[in-house]
Amino acid sequence: MSPEIALPVLVPLMAGALSLVCWRSRLMQRLFAVGGSAGLLLAAIWLLAEVNREGILVMQVGGWAAPFGISLVADLLSAIMVMLTGIIGFAVAIYSLATTGRGHEAHGYFPLMHLLLAGVAGAFLTGDIFNLYVWFEVMLVASFALLILGSEKAQMEGAIKYVALNLLSSVIFLVAVGLLYGLVGTLNMADIARRLAMVEEPGMVDALAMMFMVAFGIKAGAFPLFFWLPASYHTPPVAVSALFAGLLTKVGVYALFRVFTLIFHHHPGYTHEILLWGAGLTMLSGVLGAAAQFEFRRILSFHIVSQIGYMMLGLALFTPLAIVGGVFYIMHHIIVKTTLFLVSGIVHRLCGSYRLKRLGGLYRSHPWLAVLFLIPALSLAGIPPLSGFLAKFIVIRAGIEAEAYGVTAIALVVGLLTLYSMIKIWAEVFWKSPPSEGDAAPDPELHPRELWLMVAPVAGLALCTLLIGLYPAPIHALAEASAAQLLDPQGYIDAVLGAEAVP
Amino acid sequence: MEPLMAVTIGILFAAAIYMMLRRSIVKLVVGLILLSNAANLLIFATAGMLRGAPPLVPQGLSAPANMVADPLPQAMVLTAIVIAFGVLSFAVVLVRRAWEIVRTDDLDKMKDTDT
Repeated sequence: MSPEIALPVLVPLMAGALSLVCWRSRLMQRLFAVGGSAGLLLAAIWLLAEVNREGILVMQVGGWAAPFGISLVADLLSAIMVMLTGIIGFAVAIYSLATTGRGHEAHGYFPLMHLLLAGVAGAFLTGDIFNLYVWFEVMLVASFALLILGSEKAQMEGAIKYVALNLLSSVIFLVAVGLLYGLVGTLNMADIARRLAMVEEPGMVDALAMMFMVAFGIKAGAFPLFFWLPASYHTPPVAVSALFAGLLTKVGVYALFRVFTLIFHHHPGYTHEILLWGAGLTMLSGVLGAAAQFEFRRILSFHIVSQIGYMMLGLALFTPLAIVGGVFYIMHHIIVKTTLFLVSGIVHRLCGSYRLKRLGGLYRSHPWLAVLFLIPALSLAGIPPLSGFLAKFIVIRAGIEAEAYGVTAIALVVGLLTLYSMIKIWAEVFWKSPPSEGDAAPDPELHPRELWLMVAPVAGLALCTLLIGLYPAPIHALAEASAAQLLDPQGYIDAVLGAEAVP
Repeated sequence: MEPLMAVTIGILFAAAIYMMLRRSIVKLVVGLILLSNAANLLIFATAGMLRGAPPLVPQGLSAPANMVADPLPQAMVLTAIVIAFGVLSFAVVLVRRAWEIVRTDDLDKMKDTDT
């Protein structure tokens, strides 16, 4: 029994409840936003330290024994993801103090943000597949409301696509859970893994695996299923975009990692082959989509898709090194992608536009901002010595060792095209001289305190990617240990059900 | 009972997908409602259709004496119904707000955020 597992869920839920109580007080809501997300970060650090020291932690909620009650399980992957949730939540909470308008705050921006963080943390920590569905829905409802905050035309159009496709994915997930329950008669993921090994209908198991792949593929934004993502991510307020870009698709990726290492690893020749080609096409279509865009946040949205491909590639190759690469890539990507979205918000605040055509000359007027953009952008493209270089290097090396040359070649080309996109933004936004027609009037009254609030989280996250790149040993060791746990599902099963459980 | 249930679920899924493929956003929401109901019925059907067999344990025994209906899928369905109700009522309000702001219910005319 280890209560610290529940803390990353309880802290944001409590903070959300408290800020609902103080609905009318702007000051209190802001205090709870920073305090709650800082509390989440502290709880996540504690959890990660505990998991790193003692191995997989399990909490049986309400004291009900394992296959009957709901278990909360924290292995290293869960703890790492919760830790990243804490970092991103804290950074975005500080950033939104400066960017969220009074109208958005009055309509419950901060309570919704807490609810979203609680849903994300819950999805990472649960060990029960139906409970995973419930946390997905908690997260989705919060994200629906955040997405339409402000009710602009583009937001409505984006939200309809986002809502429809995410509901479709939820229903597919629900149906798959129901059929899986009909097949094995349990909902606990460890118990499912144990009993599924004894089921003698490989066709049925493969069909279920594909249903889970489609459901989580929609959430993650994988190849033929990603169209909701670039249609909606550039529409909400920028802090919301950054939060979504960092966390939501990665919940889908986490679920893919969990399900395809723990439950459906019996027939990798079939499922992981499909994942492999899905990964390659995801990378390619995302980066080509980005090449055709000329709007700051749309380019970044398409790059989320292409980066998801690298993570899936790590999972699909299914060798120890590839899983290490996948986990490392998730850590690197969450930090870098959020940073880039936050930078786009600062640029918008300074110049009043997201369109590349209307921007320019920022290198001359704000050289520090150019540096803050360049660090995450080059990291995303995989330039040494930043974190992205190492992440790409591990995945690609795993690809060569597994002799999957086609997909590895795609991964290399995509890295190059990512660099092209980032250079496009650099040249248009920072390098070229500002456009002569001055209809996009810059915001004159940018208070230095606001600017500081926007820059501090960006600088902190950029420092993170720099540190991961320059001193990767501890992070790499963490990724290696969590990959070892993922590839040994028996350890997870024993931790949840108890080693003496009879098969 | 099970074959009838299976056919009903199949028809519901088919109708839901047909509605979702139409161009109007109102029909899209109707399709989503049918889809979640089809999923709920499917989970309900996995419990087994047993008439009048509540999962009660008689006094003195540790397990039910006869075949009983599995209570867990019913608990799952209850949860799923509540969640679907909340999410779908959000979707209905969203469609109304979208119509007020965009002034069309044709998905083909909502292309501004694509590409």
